[in-house]
Amino acid sequence: MGELRLMKGNEVIAEAAIRYGCDGYFGYPITPQSEVMELLMANRPWETTGMVVLQAESEIASIHMVYGAAGCGKRVMTSSSSPGISLMAEGISYLAGCELPCVIVNVQRGGPGLGTIQPSQADYNQATKGGGHGDYSLLVLAPASVQEMNDFVGLGFDLAYKYRNPVMILADGVIGQMMEKVELMEQQPRWTDQQLKEITGSWATLGKTKDREKHVITSLELDSSIMEDNNLRLQAKYQRMKEEDVRFETIDCEDADYILVAFGSAARICQKTIQMARAKGYRVGLLRPITLFPFPEKAIAEIAEHVKGFLTVEFNAGQMVYDVRLAVNGKAKVEYFGRMGGIVPSPDEVEKALFQKLIGD
Amino acid sequence: MSEVAERLKNIIKPENLIYGKSPVLNNVTMHYCPGCSHGVVHKLIAEVIDELGIQDQTIGVSPVGCAVFAYNYIDIDWAEAAHGRAPAVATGIKRVMPEKTVFTYQGDGDLAAIGTAETMHAVNRGENIVMIFINNAIYGMTGGQMAPTTLLGQVTSTTPNGRNVDLNGYPLKITELIAQLPGAAYVTRQSVHTPSAVRKAKKAIKKAFELSQKKIGTCFVEVVSTCNSGWKMTPVESNDWMVKQMFPLFPLGDLKDGGKDATEPFNLRSE
Repeated sequence: MGELRLMKGNEVIAEAAIRYGCDGYFGYPITPQSEVMELLMANRPWETTGMVVLQAESEIASIHMVYGAAGCGKRVMTSSSSPGISLMAEGISYLAGCELPCVIVNVQRGGPGLGTIQPSQADYNQATKGGGHGDYSLLVLAPASVQEMNDFVGLGFDLAYKYRNPVMILADGVIGQMMEKVELMEQQPRWTDQQLKEITGSWATLGKTKDREKHVITSLELDSSIMEDNNLRLQAKYQRMKEEDVRFETIDCEDADYILVAFGSAARICQKTIQMARAKGYRVGLLRPITLFPFPEKAIAEIAEHVKGFLTVEFNAGQMVYDVRLAVNGKAKVEYFGRMGGIVPSPDEVEKALFQKLIGD
Repeated sequence: MSEVAERLKNIIKPENLIYGKSPVLNNVTMHYCPGCSHGVVHKLIAEVIDELGIQDQTIGVSPVGCAVFAYNYIDIDWAEAAHGRAPAVATGIKRVMPEKTVFTYQGDGDLAAIGTAETMHAVNRGENIVMIFINNAIYGMTGGQMAPTTLLGQVTSTTPNGRNVDLNGYPLKITELIAQLPGAAYVTRQSVHTPSAVRKAKKAIKKAFELSQKKIGTCFVEVVSTCNSGWKMTPVESNDWMVKQMFPLFPLGDLKDGGKDATEPFNLRSE
C-alpha cells in the first residue's frame, strides 16, 4: 500500500509527475488547472529529483519547450485548460509529426472562446480527432477519479514511449478541482544518462558522436512520396494502438437492455443513474471509455448485439455520440444527453433523459 | 609543362593546406541562391563548432524560412522548430540538457515577427543559448514579402509601392530591444559581405558560443544579410544596396558585451 492522501486532482498530477521521475514540466497558468504548476513550484523538485519546472510566457511557448526537451528523449509534460490547448494545437501537431513522446494534460473548461471556468467535456473532438493540422492522433486517456489522475501520469508516459507519440490526459474541471483519497506511487528515480541513451539513443538529440549519423527532429519532407510513407507509418502506429491499448470499464453491462456511455466525471454521475434505474427494475449498464483514442469500438459493437439502445452522457453538445454510432453501426438506437457551458447534470436529469430518449419509446 | 605539374604536386600536400572545408559541414550542395548570406554564416558556425571541439555537445534549432534545411548542412544534432518557436524549443533543450551548447538560427520573420514573444522572453529569462539572427529585410522562402525589418520605401511583393508607415508601420530594430534586456549577455550586429566582415562575424559567433558555455545569459548575433533573389538584384548590387540602405538603420558593431563580467551571473550585473 502506497502513501494515502486527500488531494485535489490537479495537485495529484504534479505529485505524480515528481514521483514518476518526470524530467520536466513547462506550463502557463490557466483556470481550472493552475494548481499543477503551483504545487510543482512549491515542492521544488529540481532540488530533489532534478526535475525541471518552468513557467513559460504562453501556452505556445510551453508546448514548444516540451517539443525541444522531448526531442532530447527526456520525459516531459505540460498541462493546461481548453483555450490554452487551442494555443498548443500547433505544437501538438509537430510533436505528433515528429513522433515525440510527452504527456499533455487538459483540464477542460466550457467554451467556445473564453467560455467559462466551469467543467466541460467539449474538447472531446479536439482531443480525439486532431485539433491541430494534419492526419495525426493522440493517445487520449480520460480519468474519472483523482486516483486515475495519479495513475494516468505514469501510464501516460509508458504509452507515450511505447508508441513515441504524445499522450493527452483529458480531464475536466470536476476531476481537477475535487478532492479524493489517492494512493500515491513510491518515488522513482529519473532516468540516468545511461538509461536515456539506451531508451532514446537511436533518435534523440543527445549530441552527435562520431559513431553515428546526426539526429534531426523534424516533420518536414518535401518529397510527397516519402511524406506519404511517413503518414502511412503514423497510421500503422495508430492502428497498433487500436489493437493493443484500448481501455474501458463496464459496470452491469452483462444483463443490460440499455447502456449509458460516458467518460470522466460524466461516468461518475452515470454510476448513480444506473443504480437508480435498476432499483426501479430496469436493466441499465455503463460503459466508460478510458482511452478515448483508441476508442473501445469493438466492445461497443459486441454489446450492441444484445441491447436495445445506448445513451451517451457528455458535458458537451454531443461529440462522443458519433463515435458510439459508428461502433454500433445501426444495430441499436444511439441517443445523446448532455449539458453545456459548465453545467454538470445530476443523476436525476440523466435518468429522466434515459426514460425519455430510450426506455420510454 | 611537366615541370610545373611536378612542382604543383610538391605544393599540394596536406601539410601545406591553409584553408579547407570544415569537417562539421556536410558534403552536400546547399539550396541557397548564389549571393545569399546563409551559406557563409553556416560555414562560420560549422568552423566555430569544430574549433571549439563541441560537435558532440551542440544542438542546433533550425527555423521556418530559407534556413529550414540548416540541419542538412551542419553535421550536428538538430531540432527543426515551428515558425518563430525556435527560442522556446531551445529553452526546452537547454533546461533539460544544461551542459550542452544550444543555438537557434532564425531569420527576420521567424525571430522578429511571428516569434517575437518567444524571442524576447527567452532572452529576458537569460536562457544560456546562442541566437543567430539573419536579417535580410525580406521574406525569402515565401517569395519576397515584407519582413518586420523591411526598410521604409522598400518594394516587396506585399509592399508593391514601397513600405509605407501609415499602412505597414516601421522597420523593427529588434536587436536594439534585445540589448535592453538584462538577460542578454552579448549582443552584436555583423555582416558577411567582405572578407574582413566575414572574419569579424566569425569572431563574434565564436565569442557567442564561448560565452554561452559560461552560463551568463543569452548571446545574440545579428547578421545583416543579402537576399538578392528577394531584392531582385545581382549579388554585387545586393552588397552595395545593403551597405547603402541597411547599414544606416542597422549599424554594425557590439550593442552589449557581457564578456568582461563573464564570471558574474547576468542577473546580478549592473547594466
